[in-house]
Amino acid sequence: MSDVLVEVKNLTRVFDVSVPWLNRVLERQERQFLRAVDDVSFQIRRGETFALVGESGSGKSTIAKMIVGLLPASGGEIVFDGERLDTSSSAAMTRLRSRFQMIFQSPFASLNPRWRVRDIIAEPMHAFATVDGRRATERRVDELLELVGLGAADAAKFPHEFSGGQRQRIAIARALSSNPEFIVCDEPTSALDVSVQAQILNLMRDLQDELGLTYLFISHDLSVVRHMANRIGVLYLGALVETAEGKALFDAPRHPYTRMLLEAVPDLEMSGKTHSHVKGEIPNPISPPPGCTFHPRCPYRFERCPNEVPKPVPTDTGEAKCFAVEEGRI
Amino acid sequence: MTDDSLLSVRDLVVQFPTRHGVLTALDGISFDIMRGEVLGVVGESGAGKSMTGSAIIGLIEPPGRIAGGEIWLGDRRIDNLSMEAMRDIRGKRIAMVFQDPLTSLNPLFTIADQLVETIQTHLRVSAREARERAIGLLDDVGIPAAARRIDDYPHQFSGGMRQRVVIALALAGEPELVIADEPTTALDVSVQAQIIDVLKRLCAERGTSVMLITHDMGVIAETADRVAVLYAGRLAEIGPVRDVIKHALHPYTHGLMGSIPTLAQEEDRLIQIPGAMPRLTDIPPGCPFNPRCPRVFDRCHVERPDPMPHGTRRVACWLYDEPQGEAAP
Repeated sequence: MSDVLVEVKNLTRVFDVSVPWLNRVLERQERQFLRAVDDVSFQIRRGETFALVGESGSGKSTIAKMIVGLLPASGGEIVFDGERLDTSSSAAMTRLRSRFQMIFQSPFASLNPRWRVRDIIAEPMHAFATVDGRRATERRVDELLELVGLGAADAAKFPHEFSGGQRQRIAIARALSSNPEFIVCDEPTSALDVSVQAQILNLMRDLQDELGLTYLFISHDLSVVRHMANRIGVLYLGALVETAEGKALFDAPRHPYTRMLLEAVPDLEMSGKTHSHVKGEIPNPISPPPGCTFHPRCPYRFERCPNEVPKPVPTDTGEAKCFAVEEGRI
Repeated sequence: MTDDSLLSVRDLVVQFPTRHGVLTALDGISFDIMRGEVLGVVGESGAGKSMTGSAIIGLIEPPGRIAGGEIWLGDRRIDNLSMEAMRDIRGKRIAMVFQDPLTSLNPLFTIADQLVETIQTHLRVSAREARERAIGLLDDVGIPAAARRIDDYPHQFSGGMRQRVVIALALAGEPELVIADEPTTALDVSVQAQIIDVLKRLCAERGTSVMLITHDMGVIAETADRVAVLYAGRLAEIGPVRDVIKHALHPYTHGLMGSIPTLAQEEDRLIQIPGAMPRLTDIPPGCPFNPRCPRVFDRCHVERPDPMPHGTRRVACWLYDEPQGEAAP
């Protein structure tokens, strides 16, 4: 059994964002394409938490959706436990599909308001026929509710009777009900208050220890990522600019964008640092800058940056796509 | 109340009559904002942060109403003014910055139209001078090529740039107090840092007081001089930001600080506060935090604590009541 559970190779997704045909003809416009995910490769090992972090429009959620099969990829491969997901036959896909699940950002949108909690949690069991009989299903639902810190009595209630944190617990119970090995968590705590966020993050770590889960954890919040992840990938405009071990990324960030992101995080320690190096905004992804897409905001740029596209270079615990790192200048 | 106080809120009560009885959204909130000071107001959703801001600026949606207490701006009482009288204060003496810059700008008018109108409403200047002032303001908030971009429409700006425009609008009437309600929540972290810097710098230069409403303790730590922590419509703790963040007194503040993952920490588990904030319909008797409090004792279930002075701070917790005397978490 290989150490790697999920491998993503050269994953790319292009969206057609052209205006309608008639407008294109009348206004003489070209077709326009948006490269939401651009040649992204990474591996997730069994039992670890791999985090993808980036600002809005960096392609985090698009990658998540492609991995779980909610969105077809435009190019590249997704390999789950040695089998390719994108080209597998539908029978093989159904079998593989029960082994990974997803938790979404908003527990207000991801639970059907007309279904009772019992039915919501039991749905994956029906879909993948993992449990036989009504009694066994109900027993399993009760178990799952206890596991996520709710009570068996909550099974008969509707989602509106719960607070945001409790709803996210229900979403987690649903994700666990098909006994998955791998869970994609897309901003699972962004819609929650901090005290509730702490409960959910602790729960997710406990479940990982207990059930040996592997997580792909997607977030824009660097402090949350630091708390959860073993390894981290930093996305900028659809491309992975740096990957590193969790702690190393925060202690010694290599890519200038990672440095800037860390600099921008509000400082709870009150050490009096300033945000002097934080400049500019993410450019329009339809027409990204040439060469290294970060170069207009980069304090370390030089003549190679606007002209060549950087290749990943190995760093101490991962890799970074930057000419300045490649040439050893930072 | 000291002489330096710009805004003084005294025992503010805001209630909403509903079919199921009267809901008390704010219950006996008191605080001052000094001239030139940044007061952070922090709390979880539903704690009453935004409601406090709306009450001050006189924009509580009916059937909600101020059911008790007083709000003073300088030596003028403003909570009982007519709509017309309040309109003179709004924008001119107290300005507001909202969370979503797209909804606070009118998409049908250029930035120039909106800024010039605002400036001319509040200051007696010619159209030409107003336009020059507007360009100056846009320059101040860091919009590149302000003289050219002033004739653009809001949709031509990015989210961060729009929020800069909104800050320029808020400062256009040269207000004494800016109420900023989650001004950076809709923005990315790298843009957030820039917006906070702009807000901080401009208000310091102009001596404007700021009431910064946010759920993000990090933003408070970087920006505010003092911070008020709200819980279930009541004031839990208020004091200098460094004291509150480094040595929280109220068990709620303590738990809140512990539950925030930071970049520096090493611990494996976050401190978590069990449960969730009560709904306004079932706030427990006594201290509203008592069902979740790790240091609860008999008195908390029966008597409601009011904020009592403790050093540089005021804390609404029986642990710090003098006769009990055994403090320090």
